[in-house]
Amino acid sequence: SLSAGDTSVLAGLYGPAEAKLSKELPDRAALEVLLRPKVGLPGVLERSREQQLRQTCEAVVLGVLHPRTAVTLVLQVLSDAGSISFGREGLLSCCLNAACMGLLDAGLPLSSLFCGITCALGPDGTIVLDPTARQEQEARAVLTFAIDRSERKVLMATTKGSCSVEEMQQCLVSAQHAADTIFQFYRDSLRRRCSK
Amino acid sequence: LSICFRTVEPLEYYRRFLKENCRPDGRELGEFRATTVNIGNTGSITTADGSALVKLGNTTVICGVKAELAAPAADSSNKGYIVPNVELPSLCSERFRSGPPGEEAQAASQFIADVIENSQMIVKEDLCIANGKLAWVLYCDIICLDYDGNLLDASVFALLAALKNVQLPSVIISEETGLSEVNLKQKTPLTIRKHPVATSLAIFDDTLLIVDPTAEEEDLATGTVTIVTDEEGRLCSVHKPGGSPLTGAKLQDCINRAITRHKEVKKLIDKVIKSITPK
Repeated sequence: SLSAGDTSVLAGLYGPAEAKLSKELPDRAALEVLLRPKVGLPGVLERSREQQLRQTCEAVVLGVLHPRTAVTLVLQVLSDAGSISFGREGLLSCCLNAACMGLLDAGLPLSSLFCGITCALGPDGTIVLDPTARQEQEARAVLTFAIDRSERKVLMATTKGSCSVEEMQQCLVSAQHAADTIFQFYRDSLRRRCSK
Repeated sequence: LSICFRTVEPLEYYRRFLKENCRPDGRELGEFRATTVNIGNTGSITTADGSALVKLGNTTVICGVKAELAAPAADSSNKGYIVPNVELPSLCSERFRSGPPGEEAQAASQFIADVIENSQMIVKEDLCIANGKLAWVLYCDIICLDYDGNLLDASVFALLAALKNVQLPSVIISEETGLSEVNLKQKTPLTIRKHPVATSLAIFDDTLLIVDPTAEEEDLATGTVTIVTDEEGRLCSVHKPGGSPLTGAKLQDCINRAITRHKEVKKLIDKVIKSITPK
């Protein structure tokens, strides 16, 4: 369970387990992501987020080591800063972080770690990392990146609202710097868990 | 012999071409397929208020826009609705089964909704007729007729072309009865503020970027990136759903290619619109 401020996501990882014949891939593990919103049934937005999370995890998980198996990642939104729908981008980066920690905890072989970071571009051009719900609403654009650990490259990117190319590059650079703090957090949590 | 090699080792077959900086269908790495667009009543849907058919190589996408009247939502009483829906019926490719929409169709619908919202191509306030009482709902149905890769580019283009073709009849709310009267003879075109254009690239082997992938290339690729730009060079959307990691510099290359593509597409749309407007 990962909480960032008042946003909280519970991640459960199952696998590598036996896959259904229709879903199994002959040379790698089949990854499936299920996203459950706090209220209501999963809709089109959840499907789109599931696809993004799945492809991000697929790029990182060494699926070739476990062919013909299925890895299932279930994410349940526990609390979302008061907003009911899944429209908040901050929730996506929380899910990304929860997914990575889940993968670590399960001991799945990964080629690199990743973390999710959201930046909001204020109306006056200021960049705010990890914005609150109100900051997101007032922002001109909100960008979410998944940054990998090894070379700080971009694994996943989504934007909401429009921005200029320079602004996007600036947000990307600040996100890459902020990724270090999150990776340090991963280290500390794992250290605590393993030392018990 | 080359057909056998292509079926047995498709990745190696492709790598041989990529080493020479070209692709099996003869294109350069940065070249798009031939794009054709058909707007309005010539060959598209005559019962819709606006329609367009776009062919990007073999990928064929048709978009129909129907305008209906509805009451605006309680919390945004001066806004209309735009409802995009992308359908991938089983006739377009063997990878889609009939039944409820699969993940790809739903993700594409969400992407189109995001593009409309982010680019502000249609401002919802423009769709309002009477504050709190009546507003237009635009149902945009995008159906793929032939799937050969690069669905998102073709869908965005078809949507843009169809919306430019939409003519909304004028609606007056009569004072005495309070009912709306639709005048089908008086039509005004929709105000489209921005013209977003999508450019999709496939990532191969973590390093090479290929523009406008076919279905075969998409299967072999290790990731995809879609960039949507508008005419001012602003980014409406950077859509990279996972896949191999990219550096900031590579992302910049993609954006530059997207901006050049925007100019080509805009020219094409303007030419087609001019050819169908009655003089």
